[in-house]
Amino acid sequence: MEALAHQIIAGIATGGIYASLALALVMIYQATHHVNFAQGEMATLSTFIALSFIQAGMPYWVAFFATIAVSFLIGVAVERLLMRPVQNAPVLTHVGVFIGLLLIIGNLTGWVFGYTTKMFPTPFESDQPLFGGLVSAHQLGSTAVTLAVLLLVYLFFRHTKLGLAMRAAAYNPRSARLVGIRVGWMLALGWGLAAAIGAVAGMMIAPVVFLDPTMMLGILLYAFAGALLGGIDNPMGAVLGGFAVGVLENLAGAYVVGTELKLTVALIIIIGVLVIRPSGLFGRVVLSRV
Amino acid sequence: MPALLEARGLHAGYGPTQVLHGLDFTVEEGGVTALLGANGAGKTTTLRAISGMVRTTGEVLFRGERIDGRATEDIARRGIAHVPDGRGTFMELTVEENFRLGAYIRRDAEVQADFERMWALFPRLRQRWRQQAGTLSGGEQQMLAIARALLLRPRLLLMDEPSFGLAPLIVEEIFGIMRRVREESRVGILLVEQNANLALELADHAYLLETGRIVISGPAAEIRRDEAIRRSYLGY
Repeated sequence: MEALAHQIIAGIATGGIYASLALALVMIYQATHHVNFAQGEMATLSTFIALSFIQAGMPYWVAFFATIAVSFLIGVAVERLLMRPVQNAPVLTHVGVFIGLLLIIGNLTGWVFGYTTKMFPTPFESDQPLFGGLVSAHQLGSTAVTLAVLLLVYLFFRHTKLGLAMRAAAYNPRSARLVGIRVGWMLALGWGLAAAIGAVAGMMIAPVVFLDPTMMLGILLYAFAGALLGGIDNPMGAVLGGFAVGVLENLAGAYVVGTELKLTVALIIIIGVLVIRPSGLFGRVVLSRV
Repeated sequence: MPALLEARGLHAGYGPTQVLHGLDFTVEEGGVTALLGANGAGKTTTLRAISGMVRTTGEVLFRGERIDGRATEDIARRGIAHVPDGRGTFMELTVEENFRLGAYIRRDAEVQADFERMWALFPRLRQRWRQQAGTLSGGEQQMLAIARALLLRPRLLLMDEPSFGLAPLIVEEIFGIMRRVREESRVGILLVEQNANLALELADHAYLLETGRIVISGPAAEIRRDEAIRRSYLGY
């Protein structure tokens, strides 16, 4: 029984990471109707940047926020320099650019920072076992950070003028322009925000899975499964889906398929959702009367 | 003093297809100018050309300054609001959020007062305040589109067929509201309408468009009285 509780808690902790990354995917999807395959690679690059900040002597939390800022700028730059020139191009062009981005960022990361696996520090350490050893300090801390990020993102989109403008630009770019919203910049901001969220996810998962240039490959798959499960066009759904996939993956790994086949669970979820309920559990149904 | 809006030799089209072949027209401040014509005459394209939504050549002057070639959002920021065909409301967002977006570019303190003005003008929208815009009836959506456009506090309001697809009673209501808007504010309105009779009743001046060219222009009252024009161009 305790082992089960342990697995579920660990699942929630990693699920939070999937949820963040799923949210990043959904944000770009909502604005462009494309899935950014390079989202994971961008997060890995951010995590390496964080590591070099820390190795340069920055305190953890300074490095943490500096990384978020740098990642945001990288996200904005990618949209402005790479995505904008192809914004009216057909879908396959976008897919091509995303794959190119995935390969370039992945290899750039390896070339600059090396391919050896590295330890990444966690800011959450505790000498005492928490709750009778049921949960590690890092699990607790990273879940709190993830929830804080999700809450901030929610508040930003719900309650700020800029957040509303970004949603308007994503839903209806033509009308957004007519009320004076600079749609191009909203898109760039969205990329920046997605990159920043990905950076947090990377920094929170790296102490668990260790840091190397392919760290996010599997995680992006889980995140994608989560996003699809919740509904690729529903941010809330994607977040819940991410948590659900985390728990499912952990339980299946512990009791059903074993750790080696855990990734299969993600693929099964992806295929299952596409076959049974393509819009996901919480897929948006827009009511409209004509 | 320059006219509120002036177009000189305005050409526009989609890709290789030219729709407008050199229009000259003006819209005066505080009045209603109607743009009439059959389907495909280029009425909607004219509004899109003013808003920078299609590629144009020729000049468009807004309060004496050229705006042709500028981005749509910059044109909106100068004070031109556009109720496009298909209304252009944000279906996924609530009525309240649509209101807020209408006032997006404004920095003044009177936004809330303008919300109240819109509630007085469109009481039904107040009842639907937290409802998703997509669930409103066609008439309510049209009202929301007009409210959204007015919240920009425009100097010029472009309206694309506000009567389209609506029941006669609702059309009556909307035109009544537009009459009030015109009396209560200094906004200039460029109105595109299929329903010529209705448009000429409201308008001060009218232009008649045929396959991308202006064929007749004059005071709305005169055009209404001219039976030959009515028969051959307006079909009623």
